[in-house]
Amino acid sequence: MTEPAPRRRTALLVAVWLWVGLPFAYGVAELVRKVVQLFS
Amino acid sequence: MTFPALSFLDRSHSIAPPGWSRWLVPPAALSIHLAIGQVYAWSVFKAPLEESLGLSGTQSALPFQLGIVMLGLSAAFGGTVVERRGPRWAMFVAATCFSAGFCVSALGVASGQYWLVVVGYGVIGGVGLGIGYISPVSTLIKWFPDRPGMATGIAIMGFGGGALIASPWSSQMLSSFGTGTGGIATTFLVHGLAYGAFMLVGVLLVRVPPEGWRPPGAPSGAAGRPARRGMITTADVSANNAIRTPQFWLLWVVLCLNVTAGIGILEKAAPMITEFFAETSAPVGVGAAAGFVGLLSLTNMIGRFVWSSTSDVIGRRNIYRVYLGVGAALYLVIALATNSSKIVFVLSAMLIISFYGGGFATIPAYLKDLFGTYQVGAIHGRLLTAWSTAGVLGPLIVNAIADSQEAAGRQGPALYTTSLFIMAGLLIAGFVANELVRPVHPRFHEPAGGSTRTEAVSGEAVSGKEAGSR
Repeated sequence: MTEPAPRRRTALLVAVWLWVGLPFAYGVAELVRKVVQLFS
Repeated sequence: MTFPALSFLDRSHSIAPPGWSRWLVPPAALSIHLAIGQVYAWSVFKAPLEESLGLSGTQSALPFQLGIVMLGLSAAFGGTVVERRGPRWAMFVAATCFSAGFCVSALGVASGQYWLVVVGYGVIGGVGLGIGYISPVSTLIKWFPDRPGMATGIAIMGFGGGALIASPWSSQMLSSFGTGTGGIATTFLVHGLAYGAFMLVGVLLVRVPPEGWRPPGAPSGAAGRPARRGMITTADVSANNAIRTPQFWLLWVVLCLNVTAGIGILEKAAPMITEFFAETSAPVGVGAAAGFVGLLSLTNMIGRFVWSSTSDVIGRRNIYRVYLGVGAALYLVIALATNSSKIVFVLSAMLIISFYGGGFATIPAYLKDLFGTYQVGAIHGRLLTAWSTAGVLGPLIVNAIADSQEAAGRQGPALYTTSLFIMAGLLIAGFVANELVRPVHPRFHEPAGGSTRTEAVSGEAVSGKEAGSR
């Protein structure tokens, strides 16, 4: 059965934003961790 | 010779189907910019390369330096091809070159042939950097004519974020594989394959809007143009014509001076804060200085998104007034306050660096306002030569002055006071250049479409005809 197009697009939107968002969040988290460590 | 298998890369095969969400395009752009932003984390490889291949510091910096030079050259000279072939082709070329650059470098380290690393990362990878940097700009602006600053801000923020990802990731990989030639070669190979796969998602995802597409809610016939203050043209100017206009060179000066002033602090951030407060009751240690550098990286990245998005609301000329005018004032604050307040120093530097990032991210939207969307990516590519120039000028000024002050027996804030006044002066010169920007004369407009008019709002811009008489 074919899924309705808007639902497929929403899933694609979530997937691609996670694809770029997760590595970005990792980078920011690592930076924040270092800054906190250095000033604490 | 044509390759039918690669025809999916053509612009005609990447037109968005009906209902395609424009919010799928920024992740496509980010998948390229987050990857190529790795270039700023090259320093992670310097010490292992020097130790394993017996290189000097200058030699180990060569791939990075050549990569930045190639970024500027390929963006400047490849922009027109990128506009003609479309974003998917450009992203594919960027992914192939950037990935291949790492793989060739892996071969170079494994075989002990360092020149292969220089050619691989510096030349081949550098072409990937330049083509990748400009590849999504034009497409993003066409999808977000109502918010071009925000759209390009997201992508260019990704370039800053790329180093934040690569730095800890590359370090962890070197720890796992080792810092000998075998470990570095494996690390390079994994980088090449991983970045290739990561960027491929952008290649597959990117779409150009169909002819006549307008953003949801845009008034009919306005093509989503925001009717706000500022100079916003509906005409188009080609890249070849753009470089003949004073507007292009004024923006070149604006970008060059803004970047020069920002790099002045960025490049010497750690020694600067240490030496500024060395004679105070609370000196800054090496660890805290590194934390200060981290804070500047964060504000550099956030500034790219926040200030560029703000420019959609207050106008491009006004946001550059803030970058250049407030930036100059903040440099004066640091120079005059010297080491009396650490908080004032840190906050001022953070704001200056956020303006530095904002200047990078807002320039494509400023170009779009003045030259239209026709070849904005190619025009942006040519403007990036200002970045290359500033990359040499900024560190040169700060280092030369600090060295001469040190030779004269000065120490502490006195090492940098002259540089800070010079940076403020440069920003004021940039402020004047920004004030001189006027709408482009209609003789530079492309004839097609016949809609060559310039919007005048808030009394700031005048009609194209009037502008031409200035």
